[in-house]
Amino acid sequence: MGFLDYFRSQQKKRTASMAKDRLQVIVARERSHRDGPDYLPALQSDILEVIRRYIEVEDDAVRIQVEREGDCEVLELNVTLPEES
Amino acid sequence: MARIVVVTSGKGGVGKTTTSAALAAGLAKAGYKTVVVDFDVGLRNLDLIMGCERRVVYDFVNVINGEANLNQALIRDKRVEGLEILPASQTRDKDALTFEGVQSVLEGLAENHDYIICDSPAGIERGAHLAMYFADDAIVVTNPEVSSVRDSDRVLGLLASKTRRAEQGDAPVAEHLVVTRYAPSRVGKGEMLSVEDICEILSIELLGVVPESNAVLNASNAGVPVILEDGTDAGQAYDDLVARYLGEARPQRFLNEKKGLLGRIFKG
Repeated sequence: MGFLDYFRSQQKKRTASMAKDRLQVIVARERSHRDGPDYLPALQSDILEVIRRYIEVEDDAVRIQVEREGDCEVLELNVTLPEES
Repeated sequence: MARIVVVTSGKGGVGKTTTSAALAAGLAKAGYKTVVVDFDVGLRNLDLIMGCERRVVYDFVNVINGEANLNQALIRDKRVEGLEILPASQTRDKDALTFEGVQSVLEGLAENHDYIICDSPAGIERGAHLAMYFADDAIVVTNPEVSSVRDSDRVLGLLASKTRRAEQGDAPVAEHLVVTRYAPSRVGKGEMLSVEDICEILSIELLGVVPESNAVLNASNAGVPVILEDGTDAGQAYDDLVARYLGEARPQRFLNEKKGLLGRIFKG
């Protein structure tokens, strides 16, 4: 690393690494939906709506995916609840 | 047996047509009988990039509808022996491309060509679907930019599920990544996704990197596939890429910026 890089790196956040991090998250999420049935996104938003009748949660609080294990398909549902404050 | 290659990306404006034209011209230059087919019905542009826009009489849809035969619609390139172009139609009817029609045209082309290059339209609608459906190989063109990478991943998902090979349970479509508009100096400053980052995110093998270059616009202005401009960086990058596609091992020449004397002193 040349000595000019030292000053450059102080100036601003490296946006390329932000791009990579964001892409890894979104691509992983979209891939998990890709192989699942078409109704998954709708099911996910319905579940989110039901949960919101009781607790206020973030838009991305519900994660849903179908895992295949041998002959059976397992619907995996993850709900992130907000931290108690 | 002809090999069918789709050039695709999902996102528009990343260099599909430039890459299709260069790949087709490169394969023909290497001695293979090659035809490049424009699947962008309604927005024909391959003819301009290939410099044959004034020679279009019949098009892809005319052939499908039986209004012309393949020989009447194919335009023979005047610069490269063994290179032909099948232009898209300018019709506004988006159902003009039919599954059976595309299949029969590709079968007709396969009889006397080694490679059929399908220049896909942007998006994931009918034209893009039909362009990839019959493919043996896919060239996925991506810019080092978030929306382009994401769309490429989407297209990779479609290649793995919505193609003839996928539906018939054959060996999957062989996927090759081409990164265009690459600026090594910006990658060095941490401002642009690197080729390694893109390959890691998409988990796909890299075929070639085409640097951001004035030569691409100059070549399209003149209607010359940029690969025929041998003195230019983009032309050489495409030449390497075609050689690699044909199985030759060539190092990546455009991953690092050419440093001047001052750059060497300060960057070590």
